[in-house]
Amino acid sequence: MELLLDSLFNGVAIGSVLLVAALGLAIVFGLMGVINLAHGELMMLGAYTTYVTQLIFKLPIFKPFYNSYIIVSIFLAFIVSGVVGILLEKTIIRKLYGSPLETLLATWGVSLILQQFVRSVPLAYGTGLVVSLIIGLFLPASFPSKIKESINFKYFKFSSWIFAALTGVLTGSIISSSISKLSRASARNVDVTAPSWMRGQVEIIGTAFPKTRLMIIIITLISVIAIILFLNQSAWGMRIRAVTQNRQMSDCLGISTEKVDIITFGIGSGLAGVAGVAVSLLGSVGPNVGGNYIVGCFMVVVLGGVGNLLGTVLASFGIGIMTDLIGAGRLLSIWPNMPLPLSNTINFFATTSMARVMIFALIVIFLQFKPTGLFPQKGRMVES
Amino acid sequence: MRISRRILAGLATASLAVTATSCGGGGTSGSFDDTVTVGILHSLSGTMAISESTLVDTEIMAIEEINAAGGVTVDGKSYKIEYIVEDGASDWPTFAEKSKKLIDQDQVPVVFGGWTSASRKAMLPVYESKDAFLYYPIQYEAQECSNNIFYTGATPNQQSEPATDFMYKRSPAKGGDFFLVGSDYVFPRTSNTITKAQVKQLGGKVVGEDYLPLGNTEVAPIISKIKKALPKGGIIINTLNGDQNVAFFKQIQDAGITPSNGYYVMNYSIAEEEISTIGPEFLEGHYGAWNYMMSIDTPASKKFAKNFKKRWGSDRVVADPQESAYNMVYLWKQAVEEAGTFDDNVVREALVGQKFDAPQGPVEVMPNHHLSQTVRIGEINAKGEFTILEETGVVLPQAWNQKHPSSKGFACDWTDPKKGEKYRL
Repeated sequence: MELLLDSLFNGVAIGSVLLVAALGLAIVFGLMGVINLAHGELMMLGAYTTYVTQLIFKLPIFKPFYNSYIIVSIFLAFIVSGVVGILLEKTIIRKLYGSPLETLLATWGVSLILQQFVRSVPLAYGTGLVVSLIIGLFLPASFPSKIKESINFKYFKFSSWIFAALTGVLTGSIISSSISKLSRASARNVDVTAPSWMRGQVEIIGTAFPKTRLMIIIITLISVIAIILFLNQSAWGMRIRAVTQNRQMSDCLGISTEKVDIITFGIGSGLAGVAGVAVSLLGSVGPNVGGNYIVGCFMVVVLGGVGNLLGTVLASFGIGIMTDLIGAGRLLSIWPNMPLPLSNTINFFATTSMARVMIFALIVIFLQFKPTGLFPQKGRMVES
Repeated sequence: MRISRRILAGLATASLAVTATSCGGGGTSGSFDDTVTVGILHSLSGTMAISESTLVDTEIMAIEEINAAGGVTVDGKSYKIEYIVEDGASDWPTFAEKSKKLIDQDQVPVVFGGWTSASRKAMLPVYESKDAFLYYPIQYEAQECSNNIFYTGATPNQQSEPATDFMYKRSPAKGGDFFLVGSDYVFPRTSNTITKAQVKQLGGKVVGEDYLPLGNTEVAPIISKIKKALPKGGIIINTLNGDQNVAFFKQIQDAGITPSNGYYVMNYSIAEEEISTIGPEFLEGHYGAWNYMMSIDTPASKKFAKNFKKRWGSDRVVADPQESAYNMVYLWKQAVEEAGTFDDNVVREALVGQKFDAPQGPVEVMPNHHLSQTVRIGEINAKGEFTILEETGVVLPQAWNQKHPSSKGFACDWTDPKKGEKYRL
């Protein structure tokens, strides 16, 4: 029983890291069909946001709230990655809808730019830049519609960008003067330390579980539930589903497809930021952190069936449980007296590297029989 | 996907070309008769840049020290050392390419360079075919002995063997079972083959081993294996690389694999630099084995650390790889002065037998182009330094490991033309 529980927990723990990382991609790639190779770098931005938040909460003013920084950073990471994603959509991806190869190359270029950005720009000024982007993009949108309709709106827009730029510079210089670690650019990996209440283990039914893993599972669950509710219950969710199924028809019916694209991409990117918070709890945070996850993300989305969230969920938990079953040699402890050739084979694959080989092989075989994944998109699509 | 992969590869090459910049060093020569230019070849970009750039800093410091003390005196003439720094860009073929450039175009008499074994293996044919000389400063898996490379880092018998011995006989987990964990490439696998043979000789038991693919940070299956194989604590030998250590130590602490529960980790790739990145709170109570540790309490060691901080910033630390890099510049200078020429073939002969009072204590160049060194075992403390527990005497290097099944009974001697790269003892 304990063994089974332990194995299940491990599988779910590995799977939830995959799932939280792939969730944003499932929306961007699955629903919009955009191959976003910068997805990993949006995760990286989320991870760096956690790091910056952690340092800000170490300042004397915020010190009493230090223990809650990780919760705050989840929201901040969503906003930061979401805004960068929206900017990416507005400037690059919008012009490339319908040409996947060009999107792939452009987003790959963006991923390189983002990696180099965190290496060569001091994080304090990076934070300032993000702050001004947030204000610049949202301030004009928050004006009452009366002003928006007036002729002078572009002046309002212009002046709010100036205000945003000034706030950004101010934030940057305040942070860089108060936190010396953020004032210098560095290619060095940094480290997020979980607050003390999240370190160590918690005992459930006689088995000890690491708290950080539980935290990641909870973050994942909340994200999945929130996104499913959003897509199925809210008005915008319905519009997003309508546009992904038939763009032209939705356009004719008065849905602003442009707005839907921005929102969808922003949410997908924001989820990547949340994933960044989760992975920062597991390892170190560096410019290359996203690259380690991007392949896994695409694998999960393809295996689950493009455009289907349930498929993504099942695929990631499936891969997680398989990784643990094969990689830790669990089958041997479940069935200790199995015949020698079989147990030798299992032992051979019971290393982390070989388990990976085995899982990729299984996925390749599976896709031979079901090329569209576990749950292929049903219904009429314009493209198909 | 076929097209995109080709395009990706093309873009990768292009981006490397952009980042691969070079810069000249040195300044105005004062009272020198002439100058000599040496090559420095490490990664200044890419994943290895964090580690390798510290070696560039150390080598530059050693060159500046030598220049300040009057430079290199060859044949009664004093030479100021100048240097060309090239970027290997964490890309192994680039190391070979840049080596060719340094040898053919810049005509340097010597190149100080490399970190990963992969980069050394890529450079080796270049130096052998051009009969040039590479100085390589990193602790490595050995099983190699080139006439054109001079290795100043530790061989396994100068690091892992005394460490395994310590863990089995004298650590708090003495007599316990071993679990080996490493990154999936040549150094951990070779090192662990040697450790397994040694543990068997000692009468101990290796109950498990696992390798994490480079770049992978999912250590959950390894943790469950460790817990299954060592339910009541034991010895873990860790040869993970770089960032993977951060993931490993964060997660084993959460899983209760800590010194207070009887689990002791011996590390071969964690020096002072890495401790400060991972965070001492995750590493306290675990062990490391090196030739040089910053906490060595001798005037030479303190001076080395002090000069480095003075030159590069008070928050910097020095560690074993840097000390090896520092030693090799001085050893080259001594050999050139004794040879009376910069000619590789003469310098090579003069090099064997050179002695140097290194920060770690006396070192001497052996006929197999490796150094005799002191081995130290340290426990990591809360300050992020090693508390030195044990110090061996001077240990002679074995280029061909005597515990590895494939090289048992072989040795290397370049001073005797009949023996050479690999001869039977």
